[in-house]
Amino acid sequence: MNLIIDAIAWILDSAHYGGPNGIGARLFEHLWISVLSLLIAGAIAIPVGFFIGHTGKGKAAAVLVSGGVRALPTLGLISILGLSIGIGVQAPIIAFVVLAIPSMLAGAYAGFEAIDRRIVDSARSVGMTEWQIVGRVELPLGLPLLIGGIRSATLQVIATATLAAYISGGGLGSFIFLGLRTNDYTQMLAGSILVIALAIAFEGAFSVLQRLVVPAGVRAGQRTNVRSGSSRSVAAAE
Amino acid sequence: MFTAAKGRLAWSAVAVGAVVALAGCASGDPLDEGTSTDEEGAAAPLVVSSQAYYSNEIIAEIYSQALEAGGYEVDRQFQIGQREVYLPELEAGNIDVFPEYIGSLLQALDPEAAGGTADEVFADLQEALSEGLTALEPADASDQNSWTVTQEFADKYDLTDVASLANVTEPLIVGGNSELATRPYGPDALKSQYGVPIAEVKSIEDSGGPLTVKALVDNDIQLANIYTADPNIKANSLVALDDPDGIFFPDNVVTVVSDKVDAGAQEILDEVNAALSADDLVSLNSESVNDQKSADVIAEAWLTEKGLI
Repeated sequence: MNLIIDAIAWILDSAHYGGPNGIGARLFEHLWISVLSLLIAGAIAIPVGFFIGHTGKGKAAAVLVSGGVRALPTLGLISILGLSIGIGVQAPIIAFVVLAIPSMLAGAYAGFEAIDRRIVDSARSVGMTEWQIVGRVELPLGLPLLIGGIRSATLQVIATATLAAYISGGGLGSFIFLGLRTNDYTQMLAGSILVIALAIAFEGAFSVLQRLVVPAGVRAGQRTNVRSGSSRSVAAAE
Repeated sequence: MFTAAKGRLAWSAVAVGAVVALAGCASGDPLDEGTSTDEEGAAAPLVVSSQAYYSNEIIAEIYSQALEAGGYEVDRQFQIGQREVYLPELEAGNIDVFPEYIGSLLQALDPEAAGGTADEVFADLQEALSEGLTALEPADASDQNSWTVTQEFADKYDLTDVASLANVTEPLIVGGNSELATRPYGPDALKSQYGVPIAEVKSIEDSGGPLTVKALVDNDIQLANIYTADPNIKANSLVALDDPDGIFFPDNVVTVVSDKVDAGAQEILDEVNAALSADDLVSLNSESVNDQKSADVIAEAWLTEKGLI
């Protein structure tokens, strides 16, 4: 308990905030590396996930990616990429994109798959084009699972972005590495606490986002099953 | 509206929270190792350890195999970490044989130590070591910290030794382990003693390994801390700057032994150290880095070649 109190005191010490190695700068670096990686991963994974969910094609490949790629060790990936790309943030960002893609891909296609086929069919029969179906029907209905996937990817990337410090990418991992190397466990623990706090903050933000973004009709459909009367919508609720 | 399930869930959450809080109230230092309580019989194996540095591990493996050939039982505990981690273990008597480097160890034990020649540093080291530890005669081989630049950079600013870094007009980026900032020969010393214009210190956590070398070659960093026995220096035409002012103490390989190491074992280690030349160390490292051989294969080959096993 003493170590945790010391670490919190370290964080609250204003001397540790200024300068390129201060808490402020490192926090900012950690944030922008994480957010950039998530945006790139989202730009790749979500459209692909929607395509797979809507057309049903490529399901096997998607399962392979979202299952198998998760097994890649991120530090090993950073080291290998660093040997070809060099030091800095590029190699870590690529590694974090690879880390984030599986969760987002799974969230995207699972969201679409969980939708009752009768809803999609009735949309088609009403005369909607495929794009209209994706945008107006499947996307709102699949939003809960999609956001769940993004949320889990965010948590993983924020927690793992500490590894960027291994090849001089900055971020909160610098405190952890420096503390580890010099036996300064207070600093190391302080770095860890900062990462944990950041992850919890994002989790909180996402749960608020989930409430705001999911359309009212979808939320209503989750609670009471009057209209569709099918067990699939219940599955979409979590 | 609290269903039975939610009520139970709430109570179990409270219970878990209470357990965590109570555990957190323990005031012991969780990182305190505590004293080891094993019996020290005459048959206790000698604990040979190494730093988290491949070259140091090769030397430790050489010691281990030589001792085993001499009839001693060896307990290998390699890749422990940096000096801050293993030095307390060494002083507590948990490690019996450790390959070290005279200058770096002296500076760690006595930060105020004046430098000097290898003999002077060795003499100071013997005094600085705590009771129960002895330093055997150092080897010829040394693995110096060095400030290293590329050949182009050295030619551009006419760099020969560390002091000539003052010729550099553009701001330098320095690369190395994160603990470099706290070392007595670190960037602060360069700034204050030589007026070197350092723009930034980038932390690359591989102890002068391939990532650091690549960064130097790519000009992402202009100055790196690379060990002189690193085969990459020759392979990439790097220039390890001379250090006439001795900001880096001479770093000959030396074996630090505890009281449990008897005269016979010390003699074996002395023989190994006497046979270890500077070129030998570089070629041992090269076999590991370039040929990707493991430490035990390299150690056995070297010991056989020198006729020590």
